[in-house]
Amino acid sequence: MSSASISASAAPVRIRLSRDDMVLRTALVVIIALLAVAVVFPLYSLLSMSLQDMDGEYVGLENFRIYFDTPALFASITNSLSVAISATLIVLGIAFVYAYALTRTRMPLRWFFRGVALIPILAPSLLAAISLIYWFGNQGVLKSWLGGGSIYGPVGIIIGSCFWVFPHALMILLTALSTADARLYEAAEALRTPKWRVFWTVTLPGAKYGILSAGFVVFTLVITDFGVPKVIGGRYNVLATDVYKQVVGQQNFEMGAVVSLVLLLPALVAFIADRWVQRKQVALLSARAVPYQPKSEPLRDGLRFIFCTIVAVTLLAMIAMAAYASFVTFWPYNLTLSLKNYNFDVMDGGGWEAYFNSIRMAIYCAIFGTGLIFVGGYLVEKARGVSWLRTLLHLAAMLPLAVPGLVLGIAYIFFFNHPDNPLGFLYGTMGILVICTIVHFYTVSHLTCLTALKQLDPEFEAVSLSLKTPVWRTVGKVTLPVCLPALLDVGSYLFLNAMTTVSAVVFLYSPETMLASVAVLNMDDAGDIAPAAAMAMMIVYTSAVFRILHALLARILQRRTQVWRKR
Amino acid sequence: MSEAQQPYLKIEDLTKHFGEFVAVRELSLEINGGEFVCFLGPSGCGKTTLLRAIAGLDPQTTGRITQNGQDISSLPPSERDFGIVFQSYALFPNLTVFQNIAYGLENQRVPKPEIRKRVVELLELVGLPEQTSKYPAQLSGGQQQRVALARALATSPGLLLLDEPLSALDARVRASLRQEIRALHQRLGITTILVTHDQEEALSMADRIVVMDHGSIEQVGTPEEIYSTPASPFVADFIGVMNFMEAEVVASGTIRVGETSLSCDTTNVSSGEKVRMTVRPEDLRCHTKTVDLPNGLPVHVDTLEFLGSFCRLKLKGPEGFSTLRADLSLQQVHQLKAAPDVPLTVEFPPDSLRLFPDIQ
Ligand SMILES: Nc1ncnc2c1ncn2[C@@H]1O[C@H](COP(=O)(O)OP(=O)(O)O)[C@@H](O)[C@H]1O
Ligand SMILES: [Mg+2]
Repeated sequence: MSSASISASAAPVRIRLSRDDMVLRTALVVIIALLAVAVVFPLYSLLSMSLQDMDGEYVGLENFRIYFDTPALFASITNSLSVAISATLIVLGIAFVYAYALTRTRMPLRWFFRGVALIPILAPSLLAAISLIYWFGNQGVLKSWLGGGSIYGPVGIIIGSCFWVFPHALMILLTALSTADARLYEAAEALRTPKWRVFWTVTLPGAKYGILSAGFVVFTLVITDFGVPKVIGGRYNVLATDVYKQVVGQQNFEMGAVVSLVLLLPALVAFIADRWVQRKQVALLSARAVPYQPKSEPLRDGLRFIFCTIVAVTLLAMIAMAAYASFVTFWPYNLTLSLKNYNFDVMDGGGWEAYFNSIRMAIYCAIFGTGLIFVGGYLVEKARGVSWLRTLLHLAAMLPLAVPGLVLGIAYIFFFNHPDNPLGFLYGTMGILVICTIVHFYTVSHLTCLTALKQLDPEFEAVSLSLKTPVWRTVGKVTLPVCLPALLDVGSYLFLNAMTTVSAVVFLYSPETMLASVAVLNMDDAGDIAPAAAMAMMIVYTSAVFRILHALLARILQRRTQVWRKR
Repeated sequence: MSEAQQPYLKIEDLTKHFGEFVAVRELSLEINGGEFVCFLGPSGCGKTTLLRAIAGLDPQTTGRITQNGQDISSLPPSERDFGIVFQSYALFPNLTVFQNIAYGLENQRVPKPEIRKRVVELLELVGLPEQTSKYPAQLSGGQQQRVALARALATSPGLLLLDEPLSALDARVRASLRQEIRALHQRLGITTILVTHDQEEALSMADRIVVMDHGSIEQVGTPEEIYSTPASPFVADFIGVMNFMEAEVVASGTIRVGETSLSCDTTNVSSGEKVRMTVRPEDLRCHTKTVDLPNGLPVHVDTLEFLGSFCRLKLKGPEGFSTLRADLSLQQVHQLKAAPDVPLTVEFPPDSLRLFPDIQ
């Protein structure tokens, strides 16, 4: 031991904790405990449920044996994988070309294409499936295009998935492609490298990690999504719909637990692989690069323009059809427009109250979620000492990204609905919906906060201490104002996701806390597809208005702070 | 008055571990009230670690720190009495210069008019009047550092800690700020510790320099002491430019370098011992080849480097001598017609030679 060199009499110095230190440490412990209760314990319940029989007896891996011996269930694994892999490859291909055109060329109307591509984020994944039914379903406008094929099944799932995951893939690829180093291209040009070789040797390797990362994200989103296959999957079973059927349809919780663990596996693998890729990427970006200025290439830009137009028109067609159908009085017999489908109160599915519940939940998530996640991020990044506690909190904050919403929802049933759980009173309330949704989208928000906090000088806290200023004052006067744009982003991210999410909350709502997105699902289930489209469009309208407000607010904020941000 | 004899800051047996790594090892040091002390050493030698232990920001593993007669070892930073300035300035970007400087005062519930008065006073002190409503991003690096200094001084701390405050500035600003910080210290008389890896900075600013290496103190002394009587080969090499030669003590007052005998002071070494002989380039005297001197050595010029006000010659001696560096005024260079391959005689003044036991 190196400490042997110290004289034995010297006692290690222990600094007395100041009040700030104690407040911060308490907060650290509290948030870790919250995340333990909201993530770790439920997952543990899920795990133990999968090892029980119907009477709660421990049966080891018996449930898993039954699962793998039941061909109907087992087939879902291959179905899920083939659908997810197909959708991933298609989306990656299209999104890469689209992102390339937006970042590396001088194609006209790039701002327009960028805006259109983000539209799917405003809608629940269900909307894509509903829209597809109107286009290609039994009474679809373009049914003949399929030749005798059916949209209900893998084809519909793949197309619908591609629609709603497109912006997620695009955003990652835009980031990956926008960090080009002009010096590499100049060097390639100086060596008279042909364009296609530059693409293969410079562009693709540079974007490699972005492409991989986008691939993992898309794969996970598709394989864990439940909205699209539920609406348009027909008799084609996938893991996500199996979970729902086992739990909601057959009340077979043990088998539901088994299937959701099977679903957790690919998500977990993709998560770990993505973390690994992200770590590589950091090293790549840290080099000082000279921004790349694309040149105009009329012919190629024209081809790209046509490609992007086709993609954008397709995206718009999906939204437009849902919007149109929501106003049609009685598809396809009475095409006059009316608001009949928006008269939710006369239909099953929760009525207008579901819509207002959704808004309430989204606001709670935005406010409490942003507050909690920011405090957590602050503690991870800026608290003094206790580095093991901070690491623990960070790990707990990263965990939700690996857990699909469906899995989280089921885990919540098992945990909060357990008769011995003192937190059981939360079950069926708005509270559990808010908690579940915040946790579901915790990781991305946490990372956004960390990125913002890392940009602050690490010595601000030391300076405040030397000026005998309590930590909350510096947080209020400096840290929060400087991080405000990031906080707005986090709040907006939580709001939009809370509006559109289905997968976790579908297990947790009660008649009083019905949500708009769940109402879409239920109305579709009941055959009320037009009202389902109308409710889905209500979500889109709301999200769009919210996005615009957010953009305005961000603009005002930027104008107000640009005095001190300007370098 | 026994108070006056007590050092203001006393560090006893301070050790700081980072896991298995020892960043500061059993370091003891006393600093008097009103002194300007520089911690000087190569980067990574533990200067910042020591400074942060004094501030309580990264407490020492073991050891005691006493400030103004009070043992502060276990106090959190917020209960210690210091102001601190970092290399990065760490100015609050969204607050104006005024708000930055007033930051610590506002927390002490100082009345508004008094705060205003104090901030104006401080801005004048650091030479930045009329910049009150600007934001840090609108100031130059030097101006930002002045604001950081004013902010640290605002609450009138008893101890001012400066961690490489000038390293991020360009040479010209750095030189002028050096003088200003020094003048500021003369006026306020506040006990100041400045951390730097720049020997020029330390030599020109400090009352006393603490030279550190590998987490320990190599030497403490005034700039002159450190420069002219370095306590170890490390200090000799780190401060200024130094010629090193392998030598052997042949008798009291005589050493041998290669085949040449030189006379010098051998009181701190014993006969027959292998030693390292050091001499500063500016202490070497050059003569034309024909002169025969008692402590002289025939050499010839290898290269000649023009350094503005003087020239540095690289001289090749006979076998057993490493290349010598000698500084000559331009006038001397002309007199000696020094140019590559010109033979010269170099004289080693006995008073300028220092011997260190050869440990390796
Ligand atoms: N938080 C830390 N964890 C581990 N090692 C550290 C930490 N801070 C400093 N060190 C190590 O301690 C040594 C001294 O660092 P420092 O005091 O910053 O040196 P400097 O003299 O350049 O200011 C360095 O080798 C550094 O790598
Ligand atoms: Mg340092």
